[in-house]
Amino acid sequence: MSVLSNSKPETGSFFQRDLGWHPPAFAPQYKTSVLRAPQKALISLDNTLSEITGPVFGHNILGEFDNDLIHNFAKPGESAIGPRIIVYGRVLDERGKGVAGALLEFWQANAGGRYRHRKEGYIAPLDPNFGGCGRTITDEEGNYSFRTILPGPYPWPNRVNDWRPSHIHFSIFGHGFAQRLITQMYFEGDPLIWKCPIVDTIPGREAIEGLVAALDMEATLPMDARAYKFDIVLRGRRSTMFENRLEGS
Amino acid sequence: MAQPLGRLKESASQTAGPYVHIGLTPNFAEIEGVYEADLGISMVNDKTRGERITVTGQIFDGSGTALKDAMVEIWQADAEGLYNSPAEMRGSADPNFTGWGRSPTNMQDGEFRFETIKPGRVPFRDGRLMAPHITFWIVARGINLGLSTRMYFADEEAANAEDPVLARIEHRVRVPTLLAPRDGNGYRFDIHLQGDKETVFFDI
Repeated sequence: MSVLSNSKPETGSFFQRDLGWHPPAFAPQYKTSVLRAPQKALISLDNTLSEITGPVFGHNILGEFDNDLIHNFAKPGESAIGPRIIVYGRVLDERGKGVAGALLEFWQANAGGRYRHRKEGYIAPLDPNFGGCGRTITDEEGNYSFRTILPGPYPWPNRVNDWRPSHIHFSIFGHGFAQRLITQMYFEGDPLIWKCPIVDTIPGREAIEGLVAALDMEATLPMDARAYKFDIVLRGRRSTMFENRLEGS
Repeated sequence: MAQPLGRLKESASQTAGPYVHIGLTPNFAEIEGVYEADLGISMVNDKTRGERITVTGQIFDGSGTALKDAMVEIWQADAEGLYNSPAEMRGSADPNFTGWGRSPTNMQDGEFRFETIKPGRVPFRDGRLMAPHITFWIVARGINLGLSTRMYFADEEAANAEDPVLARIEHRVRVPTLLAPRDGNGYRFDIHLQGDKETVFFDI
C-alpha cells in the first residue's frame, strides 16, 4: 500500500448512491436474486471514517503480464485463441475527475464462452493457454488498459434458453471503501445485451448503455488487435471545505 | 434554465456471478501461476500490533442454505483505531497491518475466515467514539449490488451501548444481528441475507 502522489488526499464523504439507478436486490427475472435479496430496508449512514477510508494498492503488486490475458496463462511462445482485443479507458469519479491508483481486477470466459472454474460444466472446451484473470492499476490521470481475447456468449441455467452476452467482469477499488464496485462490461452491438435477465436487473436504459464498451478503430492496432473503450465512474465525494470538524480540531 | 451541474452517474453495479473466484482469488480457483498469491488472504505479519483474532462465519440465503460461492471483504482499523489509508489524517497506521482482507466462502460448507487483529475505536463524525467494528462487503451470484454491513464484538458491551451507528437502528431487536459472539480464539459472525434473522445492511 502506498500514497500515490504529492497531492492532498481527499477526505470528504461520498455522494449518496442512487439506488434507483443501480439494480434492486430483488429482481425475479434473475432467479438467484429471489432468495439472496434482503427484504428489510437498508439503514442509511452518512459516511464515517470507516467508509471514507479504504485500501490503496501500489504498482509494486503487479507482475509484468498481469494486464495481458493473452499471455499470462499461456505456455512460453504460445497465446490464447480468439479475437484479440485491447480494452482501455479511464476510471473517473462523478465529478469527472480521474481516479489515480485505482486497482481494477477483471475475469472472463474464453472465446468459446467457457470459464476455467471447477463448478463450470459447459460443453465448450477450455483453452489450455487461457486462464481468464487479469488486473491493473490506473495511472495519475485514471487511465488503464489491458489486452485479452473477446469472450464468447455463454448459456446458463436461469430460464430454459438464457445466454449471457459477451462480457468481462470488473472489480474496482477507488480511494474509500464506500466506492467499492463490481460490474460487467458488454460489447457494442451485441444483440444478447437486450435479452439478458442480468442486464435487465438495471432499471434504466441509460445506465445499461453506460456498461457497453464502444469499438474504437482509432485505438485499434492494425493487423493485431481491435480496441474497445470502457470508462468506469465511481462515486464522487463532497468537498471538505465546510465539513463539520471534530470537536477540538 | 440554470447551469448544468455536469456530474456523471456512477457505473451501474452488476452481480459478481458464480465465478468471481477466477478474478479475485485465482489461486483458490486453481488458476495457478498467474499471481504469486491471492490478494487479501493475509492481513497480518509477525510484527503486527494488537490482539490476534480469527473471524469466521457463513452467509445464509432466505431458505437457510449457506452460500458456497460468495466473496467477503473486510476493512478495519488497526489496534490503535487508525486506518491504513491515504485518507487517514489522524496519524500513521501500523505499517504491519493492511486493514483489508478478502475471503471466498469455501466450496464445502460455505465458511469464510480471516486472521486479523481486534480493531481499536474510531471516532464518529462528531468525535464520539464508535465501538470496535469491522466493515464487511459481500458479493455473490444473485447479489446485484454488494451488501455492506458491520461486525461488532458482543463482548464489548459498554462500547456497543454508546455506539452512534448501532443507536441509529430503530428496531432494537435487529441490533444483535451485528454482534459477533466470542468463539474460542475468535469471533463468529453469521450473516443472514433474508428472513426473520435478517442481518442489518447499510446504505453507506
